[in-house]
Amino acid sequence: MRRFSLLALFAVAMVLPVAAHAQGRGGPAAPPPTPRASAPIDLTGYWVAVVNEDWRFRMVTPAKGDYGGVQITKEALQIVNNWDPAADEKAGEECKSYGAAAIMRLPARVHITWQDDSTLKVDVDAGTQTRLFRFGQGAPLREPTWQGDSTAQWERGGGRGGPPVGGSLAVVTKNMRAGYLRKNGVPYSANATVTEYFDLSPSPGGQMMVVTTVVDDPRYLLQPLILSSHFKKEADGSKWDPTPCSARW
Amino acid sequence: MGSHAMFSQMVTLRRAALVVLALLASASSAFAQFEIVGSWAARNTEDISRDSYPVDYVGLPLNDEGRTRALAYNESQLAMIERQCEGWPQFYFVQGPFGLRIWSEDDAIRGNAISYTIGGWEDRAPMTIWMDGRPEPSKYAEHTRGGFTIGKWEGNTLVARTTHMKAGFLRKNGAPSSDQATMTSRFFRHGDIMTVLVVIEDPIYLAEPHIITKSFVLSATPISPIGPPCVSTFEGRPLDESVPHFEPEKNPFVDELTKKFGLPRDVVLGRRETIYPEYRKTIKDTFVAQPACTRNCGAVPNR
Repeated sequence: MRRFSLLALFAVAMVLPVAAHAQGRGGPAAPPPTPRASAPIDLTGYWVAVVNEDWRFRMVTPAKGDYGGVQITKEALQIVNNWDPAADEKAGEECKSYGAAAIMRLPARVHITWQDDSTLKVDVDAGTQTRLFRFGQGAPLREPTWQGDSTAQWERGGGRGGPPVGGSLAVVTKNMRAGYLRKNGVPYSANATVTEYFDLSPSPGGQMMVVTTVVDDPRYLLQPLILSSHFKKEADGSKWDPTPCSARW
Repeated sequence: MGSHAMFSQMVTLRRAALVVLALLASASSAFAQFEIVGSWAARNTEDISRDSYPVDYVGLPLNDEGRTRALAYNESQLAMIERQCEGWPQFYFVQGPFGLRIWSEDDAIRGNAISYTIGGWEDRAPMTIWMDGRPEPSKYAEHTRGGFTIGKWEGNTLVARTTHMKAGFLRKNGAPSSDQATMTSRFFRHGDIMTVLVVIEDPIYLAEPHIITKSFVLSATPISPIGPPCVSTFEGRPLDESVPHFEPEKNPFVDELTKKFGLPRDVVLGRRETIYPEYRKTIKDTFVAQPACTRNCGAVPNR
C-alpha cells in the first residue's frame, strides 16, 4: 500500500508539468498565440550601438586594403584591393555597406517595432534602412535586396516543468544583394547567409541587447565570420538621426 | 491499521511529497540551462587584447584618472622580475586570443553543478564560478588576481559576477582597473556558438561601464585547461632600478595611432563620448582618409 502510494505520487508529479501545458485538451482547440503575443522577450524600442570594439573598422572608413580580422578568399582579396567608392556611387550602390550582413555592426541607432502580429520591423538610422523579420512564413519571391528576406523564430528559455524564462530571437537572412562587410570593400556575395541571435540583458541603469551575427559565405569567406555587437536601450527616439547611405563615410 | 502505522505512513508520504517537489524544482532548473562544459575555440574576428600599441585606449570609457594612470604605464615594467608572472585580471578571458576550456564540479548525490571553472592560461588565473549559492565574501576579504565569482542561471543564460580582484589592467598596454572593479559575465549559447557579454564596472577608473562581447565556437579539439608555467628570469633590469614609467603628459607614444590610422587623439585616449554614433559627426569633416594598407592588412588567403 505504502509503496503503491509513493509510486502514484511520483507518477502524478512527473505527469503534472506536462498536463499543465496541455491546455485545452478536450475542448475546442485554441488558436496558437501569435509570435507577438508569445514573445519571450521584448526587443521593441530604441537601441544605440556602443562601439567598444573594432572602432577603427566601424566608426571611420578604414584604409583601402585593410581587412584585418576577416578570413577572406583570394577572390575576395581582389575585390578588397580594387575597392572604388566612386564606382559604387556611379552605379548607385552607395548602400553596399549597409546590407543585412553588416548593418548590425554599424555605429547606428536601431528602432524595433511590431509591424504586425508576425513581423518585427527593424529600422536603422544609419543609411535609413529597414529590415523585416517574418515569423513562420517565407517572404514572397522577389529580387534580392540589401536587407534580403529574413525568417525569424523565438528560442525559448526554461522548458519542461516550469514556465519559460526569457529566450532569444533567431533570424536567418538570405536573398541579399552582394555587399560589403566593411565600408572599405570587404565583400560578401549574393549567396551569403546571415544568421543572427538577439539576446537581452539587464545592465547598469537599463537594458542591453546583444546581437551575434554569423555570416556564411563560402565564396568570399574562408570560414563563417562571427561577430557580436552590443546595444544600450534608450528611453526614446530623441537621438534618432536618419542619414542616407554613403560609399565613403 | 493502527493509529501508529497510519501516522508513520503519513509522515513517509509527506517526506515523499517533499522529495518529489524538490525533484520537480531541480528538474525545472536543470532544464533552464545549457551545457557550458567543453572546449570553446576563439575565432578572434574582433578586437583581441590590444597590446600592439602602447597608447591605444580606443573604445574604452576611461575617466581622467584612468587616462592619467594609463599614460604613466611603461611596458618595460613587464621586465621586472616581480611583475613578470603577475598575469592579467579575469577580463582577459574575453580579451585575450585564447579559447576557453570549461569544466564542472558536480554534486555526487544531486548531480547539479557546484561550480564551473574556466581554465586559465599562463596569463590569467582560472576562474571558478561558484553555483552553490554561497555568498560573496566580505568586502574586507583578500583580493586576488583571479577574484571571486558566483553564478546563477537566469533561464538559458549563465550569469556570473566577479569581485575581489586585485588592481590590474583592462588592457595589456596599461589601461588600468582598480581593486574595486567588478565584472558581470553572461553566457548565451546558440547551437555551437557561445557569446559572452562582459560588463566591467570600476568607480575609480571608468566613466561608465565598459562592455565586451565575444563569441566562441564549440571545439572538438580539446583546449588545454592550463598553460605553460611562468618562470621569472633576469631580463636586463637591475633589481635596484625604479619602476619604469612615463610622465603622463610626456608619453612618447600618444600620437602613434593618430599617425598610423588617422584616429583623433580623443579616440586614442579613450574618452567616453567617442564610443557613441553621434561622435562621428564631430570628426566627419576633419578625418583624413588613410593611404592604402600595405603591411599587416589581414591574413593572406590560402585559396
